[in-house]
Amino acid sequence: MLMYLKAFLVGGLFCLIGEALILKTKLTPARILVVYITTGVILSAAGLYAPIVRFAGAGATTPLTGFGHLLAQGAISAVQDTGILGAFTGGMTSAAGGITAAVFFGFIVAICFKPKPKDY
Amino acid sequence: MEKNKQSAKAAAWENYAALVKRITPKSKMAQGCLRAFWVGGSICTLGQALADIGVSFLNLTASSASAFSSITLIFLTALLTGLGVFDRIARYAGAGTVVPITGFANAMVSPAMEFKPEGWVLGTGARLFTIAGPVLVYGISASVVVGILYYFIRW
Repeated sequence: MLMYLKAFLVGGLFCLIGEALILKTKLTPARILVVYITTGVILSAAGLYAPIVRFAGAGATTPLTGFGHLLAQGAISAVQDTGILGAFTGGMTSAAGGITAAVFFGFIVAICFKPKPKDY
Repeated sequence: MEKNKQSAKAAAWENYAALVKRITPKSKMAQGCLRAFWVGGSICTLGQALADIGVSFLNLTASSASAFSSITLIFLTALLTGLGVFDRIARYAGAGTVVPITGFANAMVSPAMEFKPEGWVLGTGARLFTIAGPVLVYGISASVVVGILYYFIRW
Protein backbone atom coordinates (compact mmCIF):
# COMPACT_ATOMS: atom_id res chain seq x y z
CA MET A 1 0.00 0.00 0.00
CA LEU A 2 2.89 2.31 0.80
CA MET A 3 4.13 1.82 -2.77
CA TYR A 4 0.88 3.32 -4.09
CA LEU A 5 1.29 6.37 -1.89
CA LYS A 6 4.89 6.83 -3.04
CA ALA A 7 3.86 6.38 -6.70
CA PHE A 8 1.13 8.98 -6.22
CA LEU A 9 3.38 11.53 -4.53
CA VAL A 10 6.42 11.18 -6.79
CA GLY A 11 4.38 10.89 -10.00
CA GLY A 12 2.33 13.87 -8.92
CA LEU A 13 5.47 15.85 -8.22
CA PHE A 14 6.81 15.20 -11.75
CA CYS A 15 3.51 16.54 -13.13
CA LEU A 16 3.47 19.51 -10.80
CA ILE A 17 6.94 20.53 -11.99
CA GLY A 18 5.71 20.17 -15.59
CA GLU A 19 2.71 22.40 -14.89
CA ALA A 20 4.89 25.03 -13.23
CA LEU A 21 7.21 24.97 -16.28
CA ILE A 22 4.27 25.43 -18.66
CA LEU A 23 2.88 28.35 -16.65
CA LYS A 24 6.19 30.07 -15.83
CA THR A 25 8.12 29.59 -19.07
CA LYS A 26 7.33 29.53 -22.76
CA LEU A 27 7.49 25.72 -22.86
CA THR A 28 4.56 24.20 -24.76
CA PRO A 29 3.36 20.68 -23.87
CA ALA A 30 5.29 19.31 -26.88
CA ARG A 31 8.51 20.88 -25.58
CA ILE A 32 7.76 19.58 -22.09
CA LEU A 33 7.67 16.04 -23.52
CA VAL A 34 11.01 16.54 -25.26
CA VAL A 35 12.58 18.11 -22.16
CA TYR A 36 11.30 15.31 -19.93
CA ILE A 37 12.51 12.43 -22.09
CA THR A 38 15.94 14.03 -22.56
CA THR A 39 16.21 14.82 -18.84
CA GLY A 40 15.28 11.20 -18.12
CA VAL A 41 18.10 9.94 -20.36
CA ILE A 42 20.65 12.26 -18.71
CA LEU A 43 19.56 11.55 -15.11
CA SER A 44 19.53 7.83 -15.83
CA ALA A 45 23.02 7.88 -17.37
CA ALA A 46 24.27 9.77 -14.30
CA GLY A 47 22.84 6.99 -12.12
CA LEU A 48 20.36 9.34 -10.47
CA TYR A 49 17.13 7.93 -11.86
CA ALA A 50 17.38 4.27 -10.82
CA PRO A 51 17.10 5.17 -7.10
CA ILE A 52 13.90 7.14 -7.82
CA VAL A 53 12.47 4.10 -9.64
CA ARG A 54 13.40 1.83 -6.69
CA PHE A 55 11.70 4.28 -4.34
CA ALA A 56 8.54 5.15 -6.26
CA GLY A 57 8.00 2.38 -8.84
CA ALA A 58 5.44 3.49 -11.41
CA GLY A 59 5.61 6.99 -9.93
CA ALA A 60 8.97 7.22 -11.70
CA THR A 61 8.46 4.89 -14.68
CA THR A 62 5.10 6.32 -15.84
CA PRO A 63 6.24 9.95 -16.39
CA LEU A 64 8.12 10.45 -19.66
CA THR A 65 11.40 10.74 -17.76
CA GLY A 66 10.91 7.01 -17.08
CA PHE A 67 10.80 6.44 -20.83
CA GLY A 68 14.15 8.24 -21.08
CA HIS A 69 15.46 6.06 -18.26
CA LEU A 70 14.42 2.99 -20.23
CA LEU A 71 16.25 4.25 -23.35
CA ALA A 72 19.46 5.06 -21.45
CA GLN A 73 19.57 1.81 -19.46
CA GLY A 74 18.86 -0.15 -22.67
CA ALA A 75 21.78 1.54 -24.42
CA ILE A 76 24.15 0.97 -21.49
CA SER A 77 23.33 -2.70 -20.98
CA ALA A 78 23.51 -3.39 -24.74
CA VAL A 79 26.97 -1.79 -24.85
CA GLN A 80 28.00 -4.09 -22.00
CA ASP A 81 26.75 -7.11 -23.97
CA THR A 82 27.65 -6.36 -27.58
CA GLY A 83 30.05 -3.41 -27.53
CA ILE A 84 29.69 -0.22 -29.53
CA LEU A 85 26.85 -1.61 -31.67
CA GLY A 86 24.75 -1.71 -28.52
CA ALA A 87 24.67 2.09 -28.43
CA PHE A 88 22.52 1.90 -31.55
CA THR A 89 20.34 -1.10 -30.68
CA GLY A 90 19.86 -0.89 -26.92
CA GLY A 91 17.65 2.16 -26.49
CA MET A 92 14.98 1.22 -28.99
CA THR A 93 15.06 -2.45 -27.95
CA SER A 94 14.10 -1.67 -24.37
CA ALA A 95 11.52 0.97 -25.33
CA ALA A 96 10.08 -1.11 -28.19
CA GLY A 97 6.92 -2.15 -26.35
CA GLY A 98 5.81 1.38 -25.52
CA ILE A 99 6.69 2.85 -28.91
CA THR A 100 5.04 0.04 -30.86
CA ALA A 101 1.92 0.17 -28.68
CA ALA A 102 1.64 3.92 -29.19
CA VAL A 103 2.04 3.60 -32.97
CA PHE A 104 -0.35 0.66 -33.29
CA PHE A 105 -3.13 1.77 -30.93
CA GLY A 106 -2.74 5.36 -32.13
CA PHE A 107 -3.18 4.27 -35.73
CA ILE A 108 -6.17 2.01 -35.02
CA VAL A 109 -7.96 4.68 -32.98
CA ALA A 110 -7.20 7.39 -35.54
CA ILE A 111 -8.83 5.40 -38.34
CA CYS A 112 -11.80 4.20 -36.25
CA PHE A 113 -12.87 7.47 -34.64
CA LYS A 114 -13.83 10.87 -35.99
CA PRO A 115 -12.36 13.91 -34.23
CA LYS A 116 -14.85 15.47 -31.83
CA PRO A 117 -15.94 19.04 -32.47
CA LYS A 118 -14.10 21.30 -30.05
CA ASP A 119 -16.68 22.75 -27.69
CA TYR A 120 -14.41 25.30 -26.11
CA MET B 1 -34.00 51.23 10.71
CA GLU B 2 -33.11 51.77 7.07
CA LYS B 3 -29.53 52.50 8.00
CA ASN B 4 -29.34 49.30 10.06
CA LYS B 5 -30.56 47.24 7.12
CA GLN B 6 -27.95 48.83 4.89
CA SER B 7 -25.09 48.13 7.24
CA ALA B 8 -26.28 44.54 7.66
CA LYS B 9 -26.27 44.22 3.89
CA ALA B 10 -22.78 45.67 3.76
CA ALA B 11 -21.60 43.27 6.44
CA ALA B 12 -23.08 40.32 4.57
CA TRP B 13 -21.36 41.47 1.40
CA GLU B 14 -18.05 41.74 3.22
CA ASN B 15 -18.51 38.24 4.63
CA TYR B 16 -19.24 36.95 1.15
CA ALA B 17 -16.21 38.68 -0.34
CA ALA B 18 -14.03 37.23 2.41
CA LEU B 19 -15.45 33.76 1.74
CA VAL B 20 -14.77 34.05 -2.00
CA LYS B 21 -11.25 35.19 -1.28
CA ARG B 22 -10.67 32.29 1.13
CA ILE B 23 -11.89 29.48 -1.12
CA THR B 24 -10.52 30.75 -4.43
CA PRO B 25 -7.10 29.21 -5.12
CA LYS B 26 -4.36 31.77 -4.64
CA SER B 27 -3.54 31.94 -8.32
CA LYS B 28 -3.72 30.17 -11.63
CA MET B 29 -0.34 28.76 -10.67
CA ALA B 30 -1.53 27.16 -7.42
CA GLN B 31 -4.68 25.80 -9.02
CA GLY B 32 -2.88 24.40 -12.07
CA CYS B 33 -0.18 22.77 -9.95
CA LEU B 34 -2.72 21.21 -7.59
CA ARG B 35 -4.74 19.77 -10.48
CA ALA B 36 -1.63 18.49 -12.27
CA PHE B 37 -0.40 16.94 -9.02
CA TRP B 38 -3.47 14.95 -8.12
CA VAL B 39 -4.40 13.81 -11.63
CA GLY B 40 -0.80 12.97 -12.55
CA GLY B 41 -0.31 11.20 -9.24
CA SER B 42 -3.49 9.20 -9.81
CA ILE B 43 -2.34 8.12 -13.28
CA CYS B 44 0.97 6.93 -11.81
CA THR B 45 -0.90 5.08 -9.04
CA LEU B 46 -2.98 3.35 -11.72
CA GLY B 47 0.31 2.50 -13.47
CA GLN B 48 1.58 0.95 -10.24
CA ALA B 49 -1.63 -1.09 -9.87
CA LEU B 50 -1.28 -2.35 -13.46
CA ALA B 51 2.35 -3.32 -12.84
CA ASP B 52 1.32 -5.19 -9.67
CA ILE B 53 -1.40 -7.02 -11.63
CA GLY B 54 1.28 -7.99 -14.15
CA VAL B 55 3.52 -9.44 -11.44
CA SER B 56 0.88 -11.22 -9.34
CA PHE B 57 -1.64 -12.43 -11.92
CA LEU B 58 0.28 -12.65 -15.19
CA ASN B 59 3.56 -13.90 -13.67
CA LEU B 60 5.59 -11.20 -15.41
CA THR B 61 9.08 -10.12 -14.36
CA ALA B 62 9.40 -6.62 -12.90
CA SER B 63 10.57 -5.07 -16.19
CA SER B 64 7.93 -6.85 -18.28
CA ALA B 65 5.28 -5.78 -15.78
CA SER B 66 6.44 -2.18 -16.19
CA ALA B 67 6.14 -2.51 -19.97
CA PHE B 68 2.71 -4.13 -19.56
CA SER B 69 1.65 -1.18 -17.41
CA SER B 70 2.86 1.39 -19.98
CA ILE B 71 1.23 -0.43 -22.89
CA THR B 72 -2.11 -0.65 -21.05
CA LEU B 73 -2.00 3.06 -20.17
CA ILE B 74 -1.19 3.86 -23.82
CA PHE B 75 -4.14 1.74 -24.98
CA LEU B 76 -6.52 3.40 -22.52
CA THR B 77 -5.33 6.87 -23.53
CA ALA B 78 -5.71 6.13 -27.24
CA LEU B 79 -9.24 4.82 -26.69
CA LEU B 80 -10.30 7.72 -24.43
CA THR B 81 -8.83 10.20 -26.93
CA GLY B 82 -10.87 8.59 -29.71
CA LEU B 83 -14.01 8.82 -27.58
CA GLY B 84 -13.31 12.51 -26.87
CA VAL B 85 -13.07 11.92 -23.12
CA PHE B 86 -9.34 12.41 -22.77
CA ASP B 87 -9.38 16.00 -24.00
CA ARG B 88 -11.78 16.92 -21.19
CA ILE B 89 -9.51 15.41 -18.57
CA ALA B 90 -6.48 17.07 -20.18
CA ARG B 91 -8.16 20.46 -20.17
CA TYR B 92 -8.70 20.12 -16.42
CA ALA B 93 -5.37 18.55 -15.49
CA GLY B 94 -2.85 20.32 -17.75
CA ALA B 95 0.58 18.76 -17.25
CA GLY B 96 -1.06 16.06 -15.10
CA THR B 97 -1.93 14.20 -18.29
CA VAL B 98 0.95 15.49 -20.45
CA VAL B 99 3.90 14.34 -18.35
CA PRO B 100 2.90 10.67 -17.86
CA ILE B 101 3.12 8.28 -20.82
CA THR B 102 -0.54 9.19 -21.47
CA GLY B 103 0.65 12.53 -22.87
CA PHE B 104 2.84 10.77 -25.41
CA ALA B 105 -0.02 8.52 -26.52
CA ASN B 106 -2.50 11.40 -26.71
CA ALA B 107 -0.02 13.48 -28.73
CA MET B 108 0.06 10.69 -31.33
CA VAL B 109 -3.65 9.96 -31.63
CA SER B 110 -4.97 13.54 -31.59
CA PRO B 111 -3.29 14.97 -34.70
CA ALA B 112 -3.56 11.65 -36.56
CA MET B 113 -7.32 11.73 -36.06
CA GLU B 114 -7.64 15.43 -36.81
CA PHE B 115 -5.72 15.32 -40.08
CA LYS B 116 -7.45 12.20 -41.43
CA PRO B 117 -9.00 14.24 -44.29
CA GLU B 118 -5.46 14.77 -45.65
CA GLY B 119 -5.26 11.07 -46.45
CA TRP B 120 -4.01 7.74 -45.15
CA VAL B 121 -0.34 8.43 -45.75
CA LEU B 122 0.37 12.13 -45.23
CA GLY B 123 -2.69 12.60 -43.04
CA THR B 124 -3.02 9.83 -40.48
CA GLY B 125 0.34 8.16 -41.12
CA ALA B 126 2.51 11.25 -40.94
CA ARG B 127 0.62 13.16 -38.27
CA LEU B 128 0.99 10.33 -35.76
CA PHE B 129 4.52 11.68 -35.41
CA THR B 130 3.87 15.42 -35.27
CA ILE B 131 4.86 15.48 -31.58
CA ALA B 132 6.00 11.88 -31.04
CA GLY B 133 8.62 12.42 -33.79
CA PRO B 134 10.60 15.12 -31.96
CA VAL B 135 10.25 13.20 -28.67
CA LEU B 136 11.73 10.07 -30.26
CA VAL B 137 14.43 12.05 -32.10
CA TYR B 138 15.72 13.61 -28.88
CA GLY B 139 15.20 10.53 -26.71
CA ILE B 140 16.87 8.12 -29.11
CA SER B 141 19.73 10.49 -29.98
CA ALA B 142 20.45 11.10 -26.30
CA SER B 143 20.47 7.35 -25.64
CA VAL B 144 22.94 6.76 -28.50
CA VAL B 145 25.24 9.45 -27.08
CA VAL B 146 24.99 7.81 -23.65
CA GLY B 147 25.81 4.40 -25.18
CA ILE B 148 28.85 5.72 -27.06
CA LEU B 149 30.14 7.60 -24.01
CA TYR B 150 29.63 4.49 -21.89
CA TYR B 151 31.61 2.42 -24.39
CA PHE B 152 34.64 4.70 -24.00
CA ILE B 153 34.41 5.70 -20.34
CA ARG B 154 32.51 2.86 -18.57
CA TRP B 155 31.58 4.74 -15.41
